[in-house]
Amino acid sequence: MEGMAGQKSSLVWAVNIAAFLLVLLWTIPTLGLLVSSFRDRDQILTSGWWQSFSAQEATGFVRTGTGDDAVQEDGQYVIEGTVLEEGQNLIGWGIRAREPAAFQPGETTEIEDGWQLTVAEDGSYRLTSDTPFEMRRGERIFVTTGAPARLTTENYDRVLTAEGLGRAFMNTMTVTIPATVIPILIAAFAAYALAWMEFPGRALLTAAVVGLLVVPLQVALIPLLRLHNELGIGKGYLGIWLAHTGFGLPLAIYLLRNYMVGLPREVIESARVDGATEFQIFRKIILPLSFPALASFAIFQFLWVWNDLLVATVFLGNTREQLVMTGVLRELMGSKGGEWEILATSAFISIAVPLIVFFAMQKYLVRGLLAGSVKGG
Amino acid sequence: MELFWLAVSTIAIGVFGCVAWFWGSNLILDRIYPPRGPNAGDNIRKANQIRPWLFLGPAILFLGVYLVYPIFDSLWRSMHNARGSEFVGLSNYAWHMGDGKFRESMRNNLLWLLVVPALSTLFGLIAAQLTDRLKWGNIGKSLIFMPMAISFVGAGVIWKFIYEYRAPGETQIGLLNAIVQALGGDPQLWLTLIPWNNLFLMIVLVWIQTGFAMVILSAALRGIPEETIEAAILDGASPWQVFFKIKVPQIMGTIAVVWTTITIVVLKVFDIVFVMTNGQWGTQVLANLMYDWMFRGTPDYGRGSAIAIILMLLVTPIMIWNIVNARREVR
Repeated sequence: MEGMAGQKSSLVWAVNIAAFLLVLLWTIPTLGLLVSSFRDRDQILTSGWWQSFSAQEATGFVRTGTGDDAVQEDGQYVIEGTVLEEGQNLIGWGIRAREPAAFQPGETTEIEDGWQLTVAEDGSYRLTSDTPFEMRRGERIFVTTGAPARLTTENYDRVLTAEGLGRAFMNTMTVTIPATVIPILIAAFAAYALAWMEFPGRALLTAAVVGLLVVPLQVALIPLLRLHNELGIGKGYLGIWLAHTGFGLPLAIYLLRNYMVGLPREVIESARVDGATEFQIFRKIILPLSFPALASFAIFQFLWVWNDLLVATVFLGNTREQLVMTGVLRELMGSKGGEWEILATSAFISIAVPLIVFFAMQKYLVRGLLAGSVKGG
Repeated sequence: MELFWLAVSTIAIGVFGCVAWFWGSNLILDRIYPPRGPNAGDNIRKANQIRPWLFLGPAILFLGVYLVYPIFDSLWRSMHNARGSEFVGLSNYAWHMGDGKFRESMRNNLLWLLVVPALSTLFGLIAAQLTDRLKWGNIGKSLIFMPMAISFVGAGVIWKFIYEYRAPGETQIGLLNAIVQALGGDPQLWLTLIPWNNLFLMIVLVWIQTGFAMVILSAALRGIPEETIEAAILDGASPWQVFFKIKVPQIMGTIAVVWTTITIVVLKVFDIVFVMTNGQWGTQVLANLMYDWMFRGTPDYGRGSAIAIILMLLVTPIMIWNIVNARREVR
């Protein structure tokens, strides 16, 4: 018996560790983005985000002043300055790119005939010569520096104010909220009719909704864009709201119908007997009871619209004022400017809202998924 | 701020319009056929014949205009030339069949179809089984499920920080290359590494879809009758045997559902390729190719629509399968 118990506990350990590794693997990518969004560009470009929490060692070079900067002291020509930026400390220095740490802080070396260079621990350098300096550009001092781990919220300040992401955020909101609310209303009525009203063609319509669930929306792009142009809607918010409503409806009707069918028949029948109109039944009984399904679909649609790039690109246009957040991200990724800190921060802002919705309403999301796939498949 | 008020007023108008339609049309119906008075019975019957269509009206209109009409319009366009002025029969399709980019896209879509649903379902199953009985299982599930909420574009940015490349010997800022370099290998330009770059794009979608598979499969696993498992354990089955011989066969139906759902996502995959490689270096897929034909350079609506119709044809078997299943359930 003991052996078996031992085996069991080792299995439990194995499961715990395996699960932990899996979770870690799935979390690390997002964590990387989160950490990166708090680093400045130099940090992002010179070290991996996983090194953010340890002190940074970096190499670079600084040019000394030129002959014009020289002052005379005791018959010597002297150029002074510093090789460090704020927050850095000097680990070593050198005068060749290959050996950026050839000398310790405080050491002195001769670079050319009679030119003496000293770099002190505080980063100040002193270049001396007995004769006037003749150089057009300053000498290069290569330094190896260390900087303590540093995270900053500057990126967020900058992105939200200067980079136009605030505008994109509002655009996304403007697209998302009506595109979530309107299909729910339309679908709720349709789902009620499909679930609880008797009429010829009901089975056919239900089957059609199931079929339309999987229509690739690529099929609809060109025809609808042309239709919108002919109707005078053109590119704009109205067009994108209508488009998202159309694309979201099959899932909305499907989820809500499946849910409403399961509501207790007696409640509805007895209300009918009591003389309630269908509209009253819908409003006072069906809607409140269907709240979980309504919430499920609302989350789906919200996430889908918020995260959508294709529909927004096609129906809203691509000028600076019209871009939604996914569009901005796409532009940032396409440009070769290497504005990593802007990219990371913008990306995190754009995924923060869906993540909040996700964690707050996960229960309904799961419920909707289960209703949508297990039943429907 | 203007935008804000525009949004608020549109929501208000939209919601008000919907409510006004449903409420008003019902009111009018009750006026025309009052459910009281001498002909009450007859009136109620007549009103009940019309009412479903009032409830369904807006939905049917939207579905018709935004989903059904476009299918036929695309079909029509796919048989016309670039600007839709001349009937060309099937020559757009024939042209694609001979086109290298199209074949590449078909091949890649096929690869995506094989790899992504398989890996997502596999990892989802593993994750469901592993986390199901742990104390912290729900937190673990949430974290694996989380990428579902992230946009494909956002995921593209996230994975850029993993696939980024720096020359050998430099400090790697991409996680994958940092690991490779730490293990003594040479860093790679993962996204231009033909043909493996396709796999690296697929991993992004697997990362997103695994949570979905896990949630559904976890519910299915919990639904398995305890007796079957207990009986197997009493008979001396090992945990592995219990999992593969007792549990998995019982949730095959659900696995099929998960598989087909992910298949549909995969067929339409667009954003990931669009933002990460834009179809270069042998990574083109159908949806992105269609976008190229429709919106890049001089648009060719004929050839673009032909690809859209091919996508439509590819999902049709699944569509029929879904309808058949749904109808069986209704009965």
